[in-house]
Order: sequence, then structure tokens, then C-alpha cells
Amino acid sequence: MKQITFKLNNEIRSIYVEPEEILLDVLREKLGVKSPKCGCDRGDCGACAVLLDGRSVRSCLVLAIEVDGHEIVTVEGISQAGLTKVQQSMLDNNAFQCGFCAPGIVVTTTELLEHNPRPTMEEIKEALSGNLCRCSGYLPILESVQHVVEEADNE
Amino acid sequence: MGIINDFEYKKPKNIKEALQLLAEKRGKSKILAGGTDLIVYLKEELLKTELVIDLKGIEELNNIKVEKDKVIIGAGVTFTELIESQEIQKKLPILWEACKKVASVGIRNRATLAGNICSAVPSIDSAPALLVYDAEIVVQNATEKKNVSIHNWFTGPKKTILASDEIVISINIPLSKHTGGYEKLGRYQGEDLAQAGIGILVDSVKNYRFASCAVGPVPKRLYKLEEYLQGKEINEEILAKAGDIISDEISPISDIRSSAEYRTHMMKVMFNRGFKKALTSMKGGRL
Repeated sequence: MKQITFKLNNEIRSIYVEPEEILLDVLREKLGVKSPKCGCDRGDCGACAVLLDGRSVRSCLVLAIEVDGHEIVTVEGISQAGLTKVQQSMLDNNAFQCGFCAPGIVVTTTELLEHNPRPTMEEIKEALSGNLCRCSGYLPILESVQHVVEEADNE
Repeated sequence: MGIINDFEYKKPKNIKEALQLLAEKRGKSKILAGGTDLIVYLKEELLKTELVIDLKGIEELNNIKVEKDKVIIGAGVTFTELIESQEIQKKLPILWEACKKVASVGIRNRATLAGNICSAVPSIDSAPALLVYDAEIVVQNATEKKNVSIHNWFTGPKKTILASDEIVISINIPLSKHTGGYEKLGRYQGEDLAQAGIGILVDSVKNYRFASCAVGPVPKRLYKLEEYLQGKEINEEILAKAGDIISDEISPISDIRSSAEYRTHMMKVMFNRGFKKALTSMKGGRL
């Protein structure tokens, strides 16, 4: 066991982990952060996406020990001060049905809008191409993101 | 699902320390960079290891350096860092385009170019660019540092010439005046592995270079195609003949992602598309 210390959703957390423990499992099972989901468990589906130092990564492909000294943000952290514009837009547009993919998609779009506040539809599609959704057909999700961009343009 | 087999984890601060660890546990340790392949292999028990050596603590591996005659890409540089580098976009457009087509954002934020060539899957998107650029891989062990040509690097599917006591330090790419691109066939855009891929380089004196991935056991240069086209003014007749040469030069397999016939057909289509694009852009035309 090795002690690691990292910032999780604006809070410093210290925890003992084995080297082979996966970040996703530690977040969900040891730290009670349940928004990242285990979908494919091999980096294809994007349901486990979290922000590592501001960049989306697959938490199923990161060893917990690797984040020692770094910062992790999940949907719990993203919506700490209430729903963000893109979350609200997803709610308003009925973007999801079952919602299993939603946390990963919120994380990915948060990263996209952070680096590119005015993405084109192509850029939105490209950014979300690594997040699988099996119920929505994607359109309402893409449109929710587009609405946020359009609203920002109208302001 | 976690990783069933336990291992030790070390994060050395410099290359010397990493090489020492590697030598101590020769053959029983694995190098960790982005982890997007390694963690999957460990989870699925395709690999077992006693020690994981994380290179992310070695500062000097994390740089892109542009020198007068070459670009040096450190082994820790991620695909996202390459895509966001204006120098790479300007000076190595073929590699830049290929990097954008690797998996998805969440993988590219973590995966490294060096890791990609060490995993060496036949569908490797970055290899055609490195092959047409004649890239050199700088590898080091406890006693020496040497350059390996990318042309000698891949020895089979998921196999490279890298020995178990060696670490990739950087990928060096010579600079030249050129244009070109990377055409990738996937079932859909984003995320998917290449079913076929071709890197294309064109310069102002009608030198043409081509390299393929996913249509043979290893990615490789298409020398016969290059030889045929060398110095020629390109027309439809020549392109048709070139298509025949491509079918002879590649050796695709049929698998779950597509048939050999489809891969061969699409290689010709992508060659045509990409080559014409590159020729137009060489003449300064708009794409």
C-alpha cells in the first residue's frame, strides 16, 4: 500500500492504494464518487471520463497511484456551484434517456468548451466521438452543446 | 474489472534511474507512458509484470524541440501536445494530420507517440507519417545510446526491435520542404482503429513517398509505388497503373473489421484521393 494525495473536486484527499488499483475503482468504491461509470473497461466508451489536470482521461485506464500530486475533477466537481450551462442545456433538450453515458459526456464537453468556447458542429462531433451513447442517437446531445454555443453568440 | 496480478510501481526522476530499474528487473518490468495500451493488456492478462516503471516523472522526455534540421519529439509527448503544437502543424503536417486521427480526445490526452510505436499494432496511425519522414528512434540502455531507423523498427504485429533493457528517449524527424497527408479508413470517424491507412508525402521536385498501415503485418513504405511515380507528371492513366502496383505491394488480411478485398480497394481510393490533394496543395491550390 502506498499513500497518495491528490485534489479531488476541490478537496485534498489522501488515501492508501495498491499499485494495481485503477483510478475508476478507487473513485467509485473507496472515495464514493459515483459519477464516472464503468462501461467497456478498456477505454473505448468514454463513460468513465474524468478531468485530470483539466484534460479528459479514461479513468479505467489510469492507475490510481499515477494521480498522486495531481488534480481530478468529476461531474460532482463540475456542478459544485449548480448546473453548468451545458448541463442545463442537456436537461432542457432531453439529451439523455438512461443517462449512463451522461457523466462522461458532461466531462468531455466541459473540456471542449474550456479550450474552444465556440466549437463548430464538426468540432463538437469530433470531441464527442469517443463517448458512446446507446439510446439517444446522439442528436439531442450534440444539439444541447450547440445551443450553449449559440446562446453565447447571442449574448 | 481491476488488474488481477499485482506489481510494484516506480516513478523515476531521470533516465539513469529508469534504466537502472529496467536492468535490475530485466524482462520482468514494463514501461508506462500514457497507459492506454498497457493498462488494457494488464487488465486482460495479456501481460504480466513484476514492475511498472512510469516515465511521466522524467521532465526531459516531455519536450518537443525544433532544431535547424530536425524535430525532436520526447518519449513523453502526448498526441494532444503534438496536435496543439503549431510547429508540428507547420513543419510536419503529415504527422499532425495522423495524430488527429488517433482514437479519441480522452485517449490522445494520455497516449504518447513513443508508446504508439512501442505497442506497434499493425493499424498504427502514426507509423505511415514516421515512415515517409524517415524518422529515427533514439533508444538508450545502461551502456549506450543509439539511433534506430523507423524502417528497421517494426518486426511483426505488436513486435519491435526494442530490447527489454532499452527505453525510447525520443523520435527525431528530419525537416524538409514538403506537403502531404494521412488518409485513414475506419468504420466511422473518431475512435475506430484503421482498417487501412496511407501516408503521402510530395515535394516540389516530384519526389513522392508513400507508406501504409493496417494492410500488412507491419506498417511499411511502398517503395515500388514510389519508384514507379518518381519524377512523373501525374495523369489518370498513371494513377490507374499505380493502383495495380499498390495491390501487389500490400498484403491485407480479412478480419472482423473488413475483408482483404475491401482493404485493397480502399487503399487505391485513398491513394487517389490523398495524392491528388497533396499534388494540388503542392501547386499552391486550395484543397
